[in-house]
Formats: sequence, structure tokens, C-alpha cells
Amino acid sequence: MVRYVVVALVLGIGLASGAAAQHEAALDAANNNIANTASLQRGAKYFVNYCLGCHSAKYVRYNRLAEDLQISDQQLIDNLMFTGERPFDVMAIAMKPEDAARWFEIAPPDLSLIARSRGTDYIYTYLRSFYLAPDRPTGVNNVVLPNTQMPHVLWQLQGTQRALFGTDEHGLQVFEGFEAVRPGELDERAFDDVVRDIVNFLDYIAEPMKRERQQLGVRVIGFLLVFLLISYMLKKEIWKDVK
Amino acid sequence: MASTEADVFDRLGRGLSALGTWIDARFPMTKLIKEHATEYYASKNFNFWYGFGVIATFVLVLQLVTGIFLTMNYKPSSAEAFASVEYIMRDVEWGWLIRYLHSTGASAFFIVVYLHMFRGLLYGSYKKPRELVWIIGMFIYLALMAEAFFGYLLPWGNMSYWGAQVIVSLFGAVPAIGPDLAEWIRGDFYISDITLNRFFAFHVIAVPLMLVLLVVVHIMALHEVGSNNPDGIEIKEHKGPDGHPIDGVAFHPYHTSKDLVIVVIFLILFSAVVFFAPDMGGYFLEHANFEPADTLRTPEHIAPVWYFTPFYAILRAVPNKLVGVALMGSAVLLLFFLPWLDRCRVKSIRYRSTIYKLALMGFAITFVALGYLGLQPATGAVPRLSLIFTILYFAFFALMPFYTRHEKTKPVPTRVVW
Repeated sequence: MVRYVVVALVLGIGLASGAAAQHEAALDAANNNIANTASLQRGAKYFVNYCLGCHSAKYVRYNRLAEDLQISDQQLIDNLMFTGERPFDVMAIAMKPEDAARWFEIAPPDLSLIARSRGTDYIYTYLRSFYLAPDRPTGVNNVVLPNTQMPHVLWQLQGTQRALFGTDEHGLQVFEGFEAVRPGELDERAFDDVVRDIVNFLDYIAEPMKRERQQLGVRVIGFLLVFLLISYMLKKEIWKDVK
Repeated sequence: MASTEADVFDRLGRGLSALGTWIDARFPMTKLIKEHATEYYASKNFNFWYGFGVIATFVLVLQLVTGIFLTMNYKPSSAEAFASVEYIMRDVEWGWLIRYLHSTGASAFFIVVYLHMFRGLLYGSYKKPRELVWIIGMFIYLALMAEAFFGYLLPWGNMSYWGAQVIVSLFGAVPAIGPDLAEWIRGDFYISDITLNRFFAFHVIAVPLMLVLLVVVHIMALHEVGSNNPDGIEIKEHKGPDGHPIDGVAFHPYHTSKDLVIVVIFLILFSAVVFFAPDMGGYFLEHANFEPADTLRTPEHIAPVWYFTPFYAILRAVPNKLVGVALMGSAVLLLFFLPWLDRCRVKSIRYRSTIYKLALMGFAITFVALGYLGLQPATGAVPRLSLIFTILYFAFFALMPFYTRHEKTKPVPTRVVW
């Protein structure tokens, strides 16, 4: 009878999805790894230097960060805290949302959970997809989030690039690729690594307990498997006289 | 005189037994234990499908307990709700675990209840004399939907907000009183702080109280008529010299020891989700709900959580809102009438006709297909497919009196088969 449900699931979803297939803009895989503490430490450095001016991470506490990233309190204060916060403070910013909305049209979103709401691949691709657009107030536009209000913060590292667009059979504009205009301080691979570190950090702050959760999960399921054996033996013993 | 260990236990035993007698003279403790556990006889040939009742009870308790602990740190206010959930996730000791148990428990509850209901369909558990067991169960299902709907607003994420906006606006489709009704439910012209507060009240006390009472009544009704079994025969018709059904075994210790194994197996699967995929790819915790509610910006694509999507697909299948709402409502209400729509005397699918087997199989496929379609944006082939499956859904019930009337059934055994 289990097969009824399995067959129903497969057939139901199969039938329904047959005609309903759709495609979205392709994103590059971030391939970040939250177990890589060195990458998280670099990501934290880039985050406070490049992002934290405008974007808060208001659910993230500095000292929790230091503990998880294996940084001492002194290292934390020297390298990641610049404006007189206390270690137990959260990563807030001085810019008021009302001011931000006036200056940028939209207040820069808090980044505590951005990796969970948008996904790591999205951020990884977004941060690498700014291109020159002289008609925009910031001088740049973005392929992933067209007409974004965010300036190209990492331009010194990446350099600048132009986007090449073609047209498809319906006459719609399609993105075809980038063409470098001016090289930055880093070559493409090194820049991708920087972005990956930032994404990795954002992935970590979105769910700081993720590794703890997975490690605990292994132990919990291990215990339950042993308990399953014991409870099964108990059941066997009690049922042995039932014919 | 030195008292030995045996003496101590002896005196303790006599003390406890005296306490038992004292209670029994004032409250039917022993009687209840006998009636519902040690002398409640249920068929010995329960299969996989018969595990979902006890799992559902377990999940109910899990939701109540985790819910109490969440309430200790959650703040039901539009200004603080989202932040308080993140506070639970990050700063409260074991808060993340309690929250994931609760959020995964919500989806698990529906998976388990859907399978529990499908078991009823497979083995005719809704048929005479168990019509009331089925109907009370349907009320539990309604209460569960209300509970899930109210609870989903509480994290105050953007999907919470717009999902509630969409569902409450459905009441606006009711002729004449619609807009006033929607406003009365919200307590405001749009979903706001006051809505959040009243949904909190419903979610943490009103509906759970109803759920617990209904579950008690469901089990009382079941124990009055006795459990069905995979053969769909009445085990009470064959009693042994001791007066107990020959094919039955006592609920305790037989079924309780079996249920323990079942609950542990469930917990292993449940833990796999809680610890390794609490978002379940955006189905259990939707991505858009990690952004706080924004009254000016809708999520790119509003879809209810997966357990509502079969009915949501029916709602969207027709272009008229009032007709859609009426269809969605009747899709749920029709289930109440199942005991009378099904005219066949044979209960179990094991001995029923091929035509019924095909109809039930088709219904299961339809339900899953509607669930999938309800998750998709209403573009391309989705509306047309939704309409086709909606027609199939209603055809299963509407045609049931006809295809079940003169079924070619197989002979039903008098005693259960393993």
C-alpha cells in the first residue's frame, strides 16, 4: 500500500509539472563553505570594511561572531569594531533608515538574513554583475537586480566592466556577457574569492547555529538509531506470543 | 528491629495500592486505564498505515510543548515580532532548536494527518459505525488549518504578511457582507498590529484548546466503536472464551510497544529535517519569510505554505473569485459527507472493486497534482491544469454514489489476515 502514495506523489507532480516548466536567470554557484573559518574571518573583514557602512546586520552580536570565528576579544576590537561599540553590541549602523531612503530612494536592507531570503548564489552573482551605465545616478547598473540603487562598492578590487546585450527571437534584450573596461587591483579569480568570502560570511550570520545544528543532528540520529533497536527488541519480546 | 530492603518495597507497594484504592473510590482511574489501554482491544494486524494516529498525537504534544517555550520569548507586536523570532534563533539558549521543532512540526503535522486521512479512505474507516469518528476527525483537520493559518502570521515575515492578506481577503468575496467581514476579522483595514495580536490569541489558546478537546473526543468515539483494521472487518464479532476479540490484542502493552517503535522511526525522519534541512528547500520555511513584513512590497510570488496549496489551486482554477472561494470551501466540506457518498458495504480496499481502486488512486494523484500546481505562479499551463484537476477532484466525490453502488467486490474474510 506504500506504493500507492509513492506512485501518487511521482505521478501527481510529474503530470502537473509537465507543462508548467519555467526558467529563471542563471546564477553562478557560490560554492562557499561555512566550515572554512579562515574564509569567514576574511569575509568578516571585507564585510565591516565594504558593507557595514550602509548595511546593518542588526541581529548579529560582535562577541558571538568572535567566538564562532575563533577571534580573540582584542583582535575583534582592533580589526572589526571601529566606532566605539561594545563587544556585546549588535552590528548596527549610524545611518537612519529615513535618511537612507531619502538618499538612495530605498534604505539599504539589513543583511543578517539576506543569505536565507535571497540565497548565496544570488549574492555571489549579484556582487560580480555590476556594469558601467552612465545614465544611472551611481554610474553602474546590475544584471541580477536591474536598476539597483547600490553603487559598485568593490570597483577598486574588480575594476570596471561593460555588459553586452543581444536580442532574442522575440526582440527582447538578453544579457550575453561582460567585457572588462579597466582592470582592478585583483584578477578575476582573486576577486571571485573575495566575493566568495563575503558570501560565506553572510551565509554564516544568516544562521550562526548551522554547524552546531548539523553536529547535534548526527548525535541525535545516532542515539535514535540505538533506541530504535532497543524499542524494536522490546516490541518483539512483547509480541512473541501473538499468533 | 532492622528492616530489610524487601520490607521497604513491600510497604511501599501496599502504600501505593492503598492510594490507588483511595483514588478509585473518588475518580475512575483504574476504570479509565482499563477501558482505554489495558483492556482496549485493537486488531493485531495493523500495518504501516495505522501508525499515523499515534504520530499525530505525538506531534500535537510536541507543538504544544515547543509552543509554550516559544511564547516565553516571542513578542506579538508588529514592531517586535520579527526581531523576537531572530532573538529566539540567536540569543535564547536552545531557542533555534525549539523554533525548528515547532516550524518543522507544523509541516509534519499535515503530512501525518493527510496520511492518516488517506488510511481512512483505504480501509473504509469512515464507514458505519465510525461515521462520527471521521466527522470529529474532519473538525480536527479544520481546527488544524485554522491553527496553521494563525500561526503563520506570527513570525511577521513578508510572506506571513502577504499570505494572511490574501487569505483574509478571500472572506471579502462573500456576497453583501464580504468587505465588512474581512475588516472584522482583521480588526483593521489591512493586516496590522491588532491583527497580529488577535491571531496570537487564537494561535496560542483558543484553537489549541479546541484541538485538544476534539482529539479527546475523537479517541473517545473511536474507543466506543473500536478500531478498524486493514481487512475492514469487525473483530468484536469473534470473541474468545475470555470475552475479548480473538483477533485483537490489548492496546497496552501490545500496541503501545509497537507505537513506541513507530514514534522512534518518525523521530529519526523528523530529526533529519530539523537538523539538516529545516527550510526544506523553501517549502517548510519560505525564503521570502526571512525578510520582515513590508506593507508596501509584496514577495515576488505569493503562495501559501505547501499544506494549503491543493485548496489554493482549486481557488485559482476559476477566474471568478466568489466561485473560487465557494469551490475551495466545498472541496473541504465534501469530505464530511464521505460516509454517505460511499455506498459500498465492503470497507477495505483489499476486497473492493478495481473501479474503486482506480478512483482512489486517481484522487490521490489529483490531490498531489493540485498541491504542486498551487505552489506555481498562475501562468502558462497552470490555470488550465488546475481546472482539469479541480474537475477530477470533485468528480471523485460527485460520482462516488454511482460507481460504489454496484461494486464487484471480493469475498471478505471473517477473521483478519496478517
